[in-house]
Amino acid sequence: MSHQRKAVALISGGLDSLLAARVIQNQNIHVEGINFYTGFCVEGHTHAIRKKHQVKPKRNNALWCAEQLGIKLHIIDISEEYKDIVINPTHGYGQHLNPCLDCKIFMVNQAKAWGFMDDNDFDFIITGEVIGQRPKSQRKETMPIIARESGVNDRLLRPLCAKNLPETLPEREGWVNRSELFDFHGRNRKPQMALAEKFGFTDYAQPAGGCCFLTDANYSKKLSDLWEARGERKYEIDDIMLLKIGRHIRPASNFKLIVGREEGENKYLEGYRKQFPQIRIKSHSGPLTLVDGAPAREDLELAGRIAARFSQGRDADSVTVEICKPGAEPYELDVNPMPAQDLPQAWYV
Amino acid sequence: MSNDATSFETLDTRGLLCPLPVIRTQDYVKTLKTGTLLEISASDPGVLHDIPAWCRVHGHELIDSKQVGDDFLIRLRVCAN
Repeated sequence: MSHQRKAVALISGGLDSLLAARVIQNQNIHVEGINFYTGFCVEGHTHAIRKKHQVKPKRNNALWCAEQLGIKLHIIDISEEYKDIVINPTHGYGQHLNPCLDCKIFMVNQAKAWGFMDDNDFDFIITGEVIGQRPKSQRKETMPIIARESGVNDRLLRPLCAKNLPETLPEREGWVNRSELFDFHGRNRKPQMALAEKFGFTDYAQPAGGCCFLTDANYSKKLSDLWEARGERKYEIDDIMLLKIGRHIRPASNFKLIVGREEGENKYLEGYRKQFPQIRIKSHSGPLTLVDGAPAREDLELAGRIAARFSQGRDADSVTVEICKPGAEPYELDVNPMPAQDLPQAWYV
Repeated sequence: MSNDATSFETLDTRGLLCPLPVIRTQDYVKTLKTGTLLEISASDPGVLHDIPAWCRVHGHELIDSKQVGDDFLIRLRVCAN
């Protein structure tokens, strides 16, 4: 009896990785999925936080793909190790702060570390990469770089574009039949959609702009601002979570406000009450505001005026705010809400 | 015997956003024996979808899930896989 070959599939939750896994499953290979949590994943977080999104289904697309494929999915938290990829990408950034090529190399390497462990004993790794699909990481020139620098070399198979690439070990050894792989290339999605239809996949995620916040211009701007204000390129997981939430307003380099935009965000920000000064609107309905940085007492008064501007008392002469600093007694201030025209657009991050 | 009368291991994932509650569940379940009952508490409503999906994918038995105030409780039985 021939040895059952095993492949680890990088499952992002999108269509390409779903198809790549099914192509290999259809060649009688045992496939299990792996999905990585970097902290920058678009999926889940903001939808979970914001009340207005709560009518939308909150499914995890990677898990959903695994269910469609009938495979196990292993979700790995790489958020700590990933910091170095974001801060010091060897191959640089894409259009924003997206280190896509380094990210792919790192994930394939992590899949190798997990899949080739003695207990797991997988034979090769597959991805849904398509040459020409992404301008930074999915190009003809980057494919061998990913294979080489991840250390996976010819055990990395891209079923959707394999025919455009040199033969890999699984093909040479006859574990998979190259003639049943594909030669997709470019940004045209029609071949993938046709294959999805052939496989009977009618409902799949089509993320606009990818699955990572680092490809988002506004998010990258906030991260740049954070690094600039702190004078060093570092972050903690709470930092990058908070960049996804609320209005960010920086009146000065030593502090910024994070103003909740709705009930769900206010509730989420509430969870940070022991870490950041908070401003609560006492005399009117209004948002919860966190103050990040090292604000002086007069800075907190200015922050109170700005926070009041987003409350129901924005047109009142005076609004009472409560300043709650971690480990200190809260105190109240009566402030004059800042008129909209006095809030410089440049303060919005 | 009803499940309520049985002893559950507990895992608190409140304050975490998906997929972290799923990851914490996955990692904790690896340390548990087959047949162990586990109750997970969470604040992210996404767990109501994600943890049952994770159970189906890995062959664990979902006992029930419910909202209690602002929190969400999921109970499962660890199965062999």
